[in-house]
Amino acid sequence: MIVNQFLVVAALLFSIGIYGVLVRRNAVLVLLSVELMLTAVNINLVAFGSYLQDQLLAGQVFALFVIAVAAAEVGIGLAIVVLIFRNRSSANIDELDLLKW
Amino acid sequence: MTYLATSLFLYAEEGAEHAVELGNGGVLAEWAWLIPMVPLVLMFGVLFLGRRLPMKGWELAEFSMLFVAVYGVALFIANANQGIHYEGAIEIATIGSFVLEWGWMVDGLSIMMYTVVGVVGFAVFTYAKGYMEGDIRFTGFFANFTLFAAGMLVLVSAPNLLQLIVGWELVGVASYLLIGHYWEDHENNAAAIKAFITNKIADVGLFIGVIIIAVTVGSFRFTDVLDAIAGADDALIQVAFWAGLTLFIGAMGKSAQFPFHVWLPDAMAGPTPVSSLMHAATMVTAGVYLLGRMFPLYQNELFAVDVKTIIIIVGALTLFLTGLIALVQDDIKKVLAYSTLSQLGYMTVAMGAGAYTAGLFHLFTHAFFKALLFLAAGSVIHAVHSNNMSDMGGLRKYMPSTYWTFIVGSLALAGIFPLAGFWSKDEILASIQHDAGHGGGAVASIVLIVAIAGAFITALYMARAVYLTFFGEYKGEGQPQESPRIMTYPLIGLAVASAVAGFSNMPGIFTGFTDWVGARIHVIGDHHAESINFLLAGLGLTAALAGIAAGTRLWRADRETQAARDTFRIPVLYPLLERKYYIDDFYLRGIVNTTKGPIARAIDWSNTYVFDGVVNGVGAGAGFMAKIVYGGIDQRGIDLAVNATAAATGEAGEQLRYTTTGRVQQYAWALFAGTILLVVGFLIFS
Repeated sequence: MIVNQFLVVAALLFSIGIYGVLVRRNAVLVLLSVELMLTAVNINLVAFGSYLQDQLLAGQVFALFVIAVAAAEVGIGLAIVVLIFRNRSSANIDELDLLKW
Repeated sequence: MTYLATSLFLYAEEGAEHAVELGNGGVLAEWAWLIPMVPLVLMFGVLFLGRRLPMKGWELAEFSMLFVAVYGVALFIANANQGIHYEGAIEIATIGSFVLEWGWMVDGLSIMMYTVVGVVGFAVFTYAKGYMEGDIRFTGFFANFTLFAAGMLVLVSAPNLLQLIVGWELVGVASYLLIGHYWEDHENNAAAIKAFITNKIADVGLFIGVIIIAVTVGSFRFTDVLDAIAGADDALIQVAFWAGLTLFIGAMGKSAQFPFHVWLPDAMAGPTPVSSLMHAATMVTAGVYLLGRMFPLYQNELFAVDVKTIIIIVGALTLFLTGLIALVQDDIKKVLAYSTLSQLGYMTVAMGAGAYTAGLFHLFTHAFFKALLFLAAGSVIHAVHSNNMSDMGGLRKYMPSTYWTFIVGSLALAGIFPLAGFWSKDEILASIQHDAGHGGGAVASIVLIVAIAGAFITALYMARAVYLTFFGEYKGEGQPQESPRIMTYPLIGLAVASAVAGFSNMPGIFTGFTDWVGARIHVIGDHHAESINFLLAGLGLTAALAGIAAGTRLWRADRETQAARDTFRIPVLYPLLERKYYIDDFYLRGIVNTTKGPIARAIDWSNTYVFDGVVNGVGAGAGFMAKIVYGGIDQRGIDLAVNATAAATGEAGEQLRYTTTGRVQQYAWALFAGTILLVVGFLIFS
C-alpha cells in the first residue's frame, strides 16, 4: 500500500484550511476552514494507522477523538458567531478588534 | 551511685604505718545525706510557714538541730565502736567526661564536725529562742540561722571540693545575712559587708587552689586527690606548693587568720547567738576543717610541706597579736571575738606543726567553751542592755547561773586542769615541741614560746573579762535579772560539755579522740602526743595560772575599772592595741580609700577618655561609613540599577503593546509564520 496519495490529499486540504483561516473575513467560513484542517489531520491519522498495520488501531481511535473535539468546538464557535451576529448584525471578524491594547 | 571505699588507713607517727580496717557505717552512714538536707529543707519551712506556726518557725529550726545533734551523736558512737569511712554520691549532671556529684562523706573528721555542729547548734538554737524573743524579724532570723548551720553541714559533708565550695559560700552568705540582722544601723551593714568582702578576697585563694588541684588530678573528689598524694603523683608534686598555699589562703579567710582576721571582731554586730555559733561550730572552723581534710597535702614530704612553715607562722602571729588586742577591748563580745581569733591561731599552729589530731581536738573543745562564753555574754548583755563591760560589774550576785557557767568557760579557755582547754592546748604545745625536733626547726621553737605566752595572755584577758563583768559594783542602769531558763539551761549543758570534752583525749591515759578523727583514709604522719608531757603541761598551766594571778592583781574587784586600765596603759603599746595595730586603718586608708580615691579616679579618667574615646571613635567611624554606603552605593548604585531596570521594562511594554491589535487573523498569521520558521529551522539544523 502506498500512503503518498493520502498525504497529498491531506496536505491540500490543510493548505486550503490555512488559507481560509488566514484570509476569509466571514467567521462562519473561518470555522469551516478550521474543520478542513482537522479533517486533513484525520486523513493523515487514518492513513498512517492503516499503513503501519497498528494492532491497537491508535490512528483510527485518535481520528474519532478529533472528530468529537471538532464537533464540540464548532458547536461553541457557531454559538459565539450567532451571538456576535445578533449583537452587531455582522459576522465580519475584521470588525472584532475589542481585544486590543 | 554509691560506692564504698574501705581501704588502708594510714595513721602513723613518723613513718610507722598501722593498717586499720574501717567499717562502712551501715544504714546510719547511707542515710547521712539527711544531715545537711533536713536543715536545708526546714530552712524553707521556717521561711514560708514560720509565721503561721505557734512558735513562729523556731520549732522547725530547733527540730532540725535536734535531728542533726541526735544523728551526729549516733554516728559518733558508731564511729567510736568501729572507724567509719563511707562516701555516698548521686550524679546530678554529666558534662562530657565530667560527672557533677552531690555526695556525703561519713568519716571520722566529718562525723566529729556533725556532732559539734549538731550539739552546739542545738544549745544555741534553744538559747536563741529566749534571746531573740520579741525581735521583729524573729522568723527570718531563724531561717537564716538554719541556713547558716545547713551551709556548714553541706561543707563538712562534702566528699568533693566543688560541694565544699557550695557549703563554703552558703556559710558566707548566711553569715552576711546574720551579721547584718539589725540592718537599721549602718554600722551593722558595714560589718556584714566587711565580713563578706574579706571572705571573698580570701575565697579567690580557695578557688585557685581548687582549680589547680582539680586540673592536675582530674577530679574534685577528696578521695582521688588524697590517693594521688599517697601515690606521689608527679604532676601534683609540681604544683603542690601553690595548691597548698592558695587553699590555705582560703582557709585564712574563713578561719580569720592574720591578716584576714579583721572581719571577725566586726561580725559581733550580729545577735549574740550568731556570734556564738559562728565562733564555735560553724564558719570559722571551716578553714581548720579544710586544712584537716587536705592534711596529707601539707604533711607528705614530697608535697606542700613548705607551706607548713607559713601556716605555723601565720597561726602564731594570729594567736599572739589578737590575744593582746583582747586585753584592751571594752565590749565583752569583742574580748571573746579576739579570744576566738587567738584560739583559731592555736588550731592553725597545730595544723602547721603537722598535728592533725591536736588541731581538731582544740577545735572540738573550743567549740563547747566558746559557744558557752558567748551565750553567757549574751545572757549578760540581755540583762544589762549594753555590750560594754564598763556598764557591767557585780553581776555575780544578780546572775548566778550565768556567772558560774562563765567561770567554767573561762577556766576551760584559759586551759586550767582538768577542763577541756587544758588537754587540747597541752596537746598543741606537745605537737609544736615535737615538730621543733622533727623538721620544724627554730621556727617551731619560737612558736612554742609564743604559744606558751599566748596561754598567759588568754588567762589574763579572761580574768579581766570575769572581774570587770561579775565583780565590783554594778555600774549599769536598772536592776539586772537572771535570764529565763530557756537561756540558762543551754549554758549549763555547754558548761558540762566544756568540763568533760577534754577527757576524750588524755595522752597516755585515753586517746579515743585520736582514733575517732583518725578514722579516714590516708592520714599521714600525724604528730600527736603519745604520752603526756609533764614539762609542757606544767609550763602551760603555770602560764595560765600566772595570767589569772596577774589579772586578779590588775582588775580585782576593789579597784576602779579606770584605774586598772591606767595601770595597764603602757605608752606605745596601748594605743597600738587600741587601734588594733592600725590594720583596719591601713585597710581603710591604704586600700579602700586608695581604691576609692586615686585608683577609682584614674580608672574613671581612662574610662572617659580612653575607652569612651575608642568606643565613640568606632561609633563615629561606623556612622561615616554608613553615610558613604547609603549615599554612594545604595542610593546611587543599587537604586539606580533597580530604577533603570523598571524604566526599561516599562518603555519596552509601551512600545510592544501596539503589537496587540485585537485582530485574530493577525495572530493566526504570526502563529503560522512561527510554525513555518520552527519547521524550517528544524529541517536545517537537524
